[in-house]
Amino acid sequence: MKVLAVSGSLRAGSHNTLLLEEAAAAAPAGIDVELFDGSLIAELPAYDQDLDAEGDVPVSVQRLREAWAEPDAIIFATPEFNGSVPGGLKNAIDWASRPLGEAPLLNKTVTVVGASTGRFGALWAQNDLRRILGIAGARVVGEALPVARAQDGLSEPTRDALRSQLDLLVEATAVPA
Amino acid sequence: MSTIETIAPAGTWSADPVHSDVSFEVVHAGVDVFRGSFGEFSATLTGDVLTGSAKVASVDVKDEQLSGHLLAPDFFDAARYPEIAFSAAHLEREGTALTAAGELTIKGVTKPVELTGTISDPSVDPFGNERIGLTLETTIDRTDFGVSWNAPNQSGGDYLANDVRLIARLALKKEL
Repeated sequence: MKVLAVSGSLRAGSHNTLLLEEAAAAAPAGIDVELFDGSLIAELPAYDQDLDAEGDVPVSVQRLREAWAEPDAIIFATPEFNGSVPGGLKNAIDWASRPLGEAPLLNKTVTVVGASTGRFGALWAQNDLRRILGIAGARVVGEALPVARAQDGLSEPTRDALRSQLDLLVEATAVPA
Repeated sequence: MSTIETIAPAGTWSADPVHSDVSFEVVHAGVDVFRGSFGEFSATLTGDVLTGSAKVASVDVKDEQLSGHLLAPDFFDAARYPEIAFSAAHLEREGTALTAAGELTIKGVTKPVELTGTISDPSVDPFGNERIGLTLETTIDRTDFGVSWNAPNQSGGDYLANDVRLIARLALKKEL
């Protein structure tokens, strides 16, 4: 099973990107976690319906849609900017929530984690992101996983929680009997 | 009920989709009633057995964005659970009053429900079709079926009520 790991933080040395690298390293057997190239988020134009013409979308949008459509599931790690989801990540989700009825995020199994250097582990951003992804059509599983004081490194319970989050993705991706 | 009457004359009676309607109503923002319907459905009455189903993808509301959200996992999860189904193995009639105890399946969850409504005597339309009118409704708690999305109103309380009224107004035509 292939899981794409999307960080909402674009900076080098991001705690959220590191969190996803840890998730990839901790992934149970049979789960292939691949880090998404965050530079693509930076290349996207701001969502504009005038640019969203069938068969004629910007190349960066086409690449994003293909990259998010292909995996079985996606794990998002979000920092918190001004109490919510970074604008670049929200913009990428807006692009990936279209076209209606065949969007890459439609029925895609997703989960959300987040890290911050403060005490709250990007909890507000994670809650907003879960709501946004649900409205965009995704199957949002698990609970928020707030990783506080990320500069201190990851604890073993946090690694266990990351593994559990990946296990939930596997369970939820399986088609019910 | 003291007496059990025959529900309808012998034969198979099927819903005529043009003159039938399967809909739902839910209190919205705490103050008004939001209504939607399913465009594709079927229903059949044979003896005292009534069965019906509706295609989730045919949900009809006045906003395309909302239709998309209703089909997504937040609500009906149409890709995995494409159909809503109802079956009642036993209907009871007293005059024009009708009761149907049966099972309703939404989003893969089956629960017992009791519907109440009315049934007409048969009539014959100008084209020779034998027809019966039947209405049934019930109120369910949508969260029992895993349809649990909600949001808080700024003034307090939930944006959508959990109780949802389901209504079937069926024009049943006798199969030849």
